[in-house]
Amino acid sequence: MRGNIYLYIIVMALVTYAVRALPLTLIRKRITSRYIQSFLYYVPYATLAAMTFPAILYSTGSMASAAAGFAAALLLAYKNKSLIVVAFGACAVSFLFSLI
Amino acid sequence: MNEWKKGVRDGLPICFGYFAVSFAFGIQAGDVGMTPFQAVLMSVTNLTSAGQLASLGTIAAQASYLEMAFLQFVINMRYFLMSCALSQKIKPDVRPVHRFVMAYGVTDEIFGVSVVQPGDLSPWYSYGLMSVAVPGWALGTLVGVVSGNVLPSVVINALGIAIYGMFIAVVLPAAKKDRAVLIVAAAAMVLSSIFYYAPVLNRISSGMQVIIITLAVAAAAAWLFPRKEED
Repeated sequence: MRGNIYLYIIVMALVTYAVRALPLTLIRKRITSRYIQSFLYYVPYATLAAMTFPAILYSTGSMASAAAGFAAALLLAYKNKSLIVVAFGACAVSFLFSLI
Repeated sequence: MNEWKKGVRDGLPICFGYFAVSFAFGIQAGDVGMTPFQAVLMSVTNLTSAGQLASLGTIAAQASYLEMAFLQFVINMRYFLMSCALSQKIKPDVRPVHRFVMAYGVTDEIFGVSVVQPGDLSPWYSYGLMSVAVPGWALGTLVGVVSGNVLPSVVINALGIAIYGMFIAVVLPAAKKDRAVLIVAAAAMVLSSIFYYAPVLNRISSGMQVIIITLAVAAAAAWLFPRKEED
């Protein structure tokens, strides 16, 4: 049965790519509806926020170090630091915290 | 070319975050008996953390291909919404071939960084992001599956938060400027906590939860706080 692994991978790749490609290739025009425009504007923020919390609290193996990293990320992002600074700041703080 | 370089620069944190996450995926892929080649092939062709992690259980259980297709569809349906949003950032005259290539790189992180770019989204910016993010994803998978104990677990654990740090770096500056975004983000987090902890609701797959929350919050926000003009 192990040979089937390639078929699994192909099925997964096709489904995932279709989900990504259909809207991007079919919607060529600017949408004029103000409601849909507003809806699409809010989509990323809702998605990213929902994915971040509370999952971030379980991302490092200990809730204390994750909470410390979360706080660091909030502070750095609030100060408009770049993506890389926020991401690594969170990692560094949660790493230091897990050593304590 | 400038857009490409900018993409590479903004893609670096994604690359490192991906390395950490796909490292964890690689370890688990090895556990269900996948070879390094198979695991890397899956990472390169799928480029999706949640979908790949969930697939391992299906593969271990030798479930049907139809079930696998359905699982991936549900978990990755959020890319459909992201792709709709992204379609509005691309100039109408951008050639279809670019759209097909850009579609490959619609991930949570690449999308998050792309969609907040001011003005139109250049395909080259997306390619810049992909050209560092995809190798990070593939390499992390390889290292993870080949040897699960290259890095001490304290380091791996700390890297796990990188992706979320990036999400925060995308959302918070926008929420500072726009109260509607702040309310959207706060509402999404509250709902997501409810889905995470409430009995019954927490049985819903995490991909499906994200879709439900996104649809509900964005629909309500579009009604309550319609945008004044296109931006």
